[in-house]
Amino acid sequence: MDFHDLATRSGEWLRGNGPESDIVISSRLRLARNLADFPFCNRASDLEKREIEATFRTVSDDLEFGEDLHYLDVDKLDSIDRQFLVERQLISRELATTDGARGVAIALSEDVSLMVNEEDHLRIQVLRSGYSLQACWELGNRIDDLVEDKVRYAFSEEFGYLTACPTNVGTGMRASVMLHLPALAMTKQIDRVFRALQKIQLAVRGLYGEGSQASGDFYQISNNVTLGKTEAEILRNIEVVVPQIVQYERTARTELVKESKQTLHDRVSRAYGILCTAQTISSEETMHLLSSVRMGVNLNLIPDVNVGMINDLFIHTQPAHLQKIEGQPLESEERNIARATYLRRRLTNTSESAN
Amino acid sequence: MKLKCHQCPERAVFHITEVDDGGQYSEVHLCPKCAHHYLNATPEQSVTSAALAEVPEKPKAEVSVGLPSSPLETDIECSVCGMTFAEFRSSGRLGCPHDYDAFREHLMPLMETIHGNTRHVGKVPGRLPADTRVQTELIKLRQELRQAIATEDYERAAELRDQIDRLRGDHAE
Ligand SMILES: [Zn+2]
Ligand SMILES: [Zn+2]
Repeated sequence: MDFHDLATRSGEWLRGNGPESDIVISSRLRLARNLADFPFCNRASDLEKREIEATFRTVSDDLEFGEDLHYLDVDKLDSIDRQFLVERQLISRELATTDGARGVAIALSEDVSLMVNEEDHLRIQVLRSGYSLQACWELGNRIDDLVEDKVRYAFSEEFGYLTACPTNVGTGMRASVMLHLPALAMTKQIDRVFRALQKIQLAVRGLYGEGSQASGDFYQISNNVTLGKTEAEILRNIEVVVPQIVQYERTARTELVKESKQTLHDRVSRAYGILCTAQTISSEETMHLLSSVRMGVNLNLIPDVNVGMINDLFIHTQPAHLQKIEGQPLESEERNIARATYLRRRLTNTSESAN
Repeated sequence: MKLKCHQCPERAVFHITEVDDGGQYSEVHLCPKCAHHYLNATPEQSVTSAALAEVPEKPKAEVSVGLPSSPLETDIECSVCGMTFAEFRSSGRLGCPHDYDAFREHLMPLMETIHGNTRHVGKVPGRLPADTRVQTELIKLRQELRQAIATEDYERAAELRDQIDRLRGDHAE
């Protein structure tokens, strides 16, 4: 798998054309599984970890679900490559930073990744563009069945799939959707939405922020409970609230347009102008401005810009991506210059942006 | 341990000690729900609501799980992997699948607080583990194998390897 090549394109899930994709960026499902005849990762010796890794490497090589998987030895990658995979959402921060033998099997379309020796022996991840939780579950479930044909999972009839942390026991399933909610953030209604969500046992988390603010106005909603509910119930729980939040965001956008179209138009146009012309720009400012531009494109305030490209830019302007695109390690200041150059190039290349 | 959660009105059950690069300690007390977000938030996913924003984002956290009503007088140990409940309390991670049996009494109230439930009703693997005793036996044998290698008792190690292969062979189809 060629990282430079990966860095210049993007995963299927970023294409920006799934259901409700103006607001729901992506849907993700993770299943936590462990082998029955090994200790959990934190208790496993180096030798045992290597055995666990070898087991799942063989399993993933033979897995037939319609796509080929490419296996990467995460412990042998350098830190920029690991960071790159985290930015890409192909591996978790934990898999990037933990010790010992570990790996990931990635589908070229980037919608499937199997993490080996993260907190649990196996984490099956399915990632899709737009609002597609059911499709994620169907594929994740199928892959889980195929893996289970070859290994024996730690499972008890009483507690379900046994996991290293009791917060994941039962279904071992974490389903989430990533939402872009700039209008709710701008009109300061977002905290109210979150308080309502916490009452129904859903977790909300900001994405991509380096500071305390969820930069880019991206929020991830996921289930808290994994035990005592079926997978279908857990998904339904999320599926009940997502359309409501999408509706709140749409209403907030409509009202912003109605109340002060000029102000809003001015704001998104300025954001676009800065991104097209800046000579040096931080990651945080980029996120903030891209968020405005993304909403502007969705509201047809900025013509002829492809929303899929804007989605791309959120990922491609992150530190490890920039360094991969440039083909060399860059200090923070150098990255700010490289980021600005990259943004100018992508945004002013009309042949790309207009399609 | 009657502290309130730092992020909501629930009672705090998780007590997390953050250690920053400068060696400074700070304590965060959280209910199971908030603790779950906190612990599962990866550093690039900074937390959003105003209350959550107060919690510093640090890579290394020591987590202790304080059970609401049963302070541990005597520690218990898993006979399969050797993990003690005290170790679980400080790491937040269990040692092997058998721990769910070994620590059952203490895990039940914890799972009740986290999930509001203690019984799985979801997917069941197509084939249930035929005999969990064999699986736990394998974990034990591997543990012994590790010790044998550490003490350079290669004869014993070879024996153990044979035993492991035999057990796995019998139960693979
Ligand atoms: Zn709380
Ligand atoms: Zn154990």
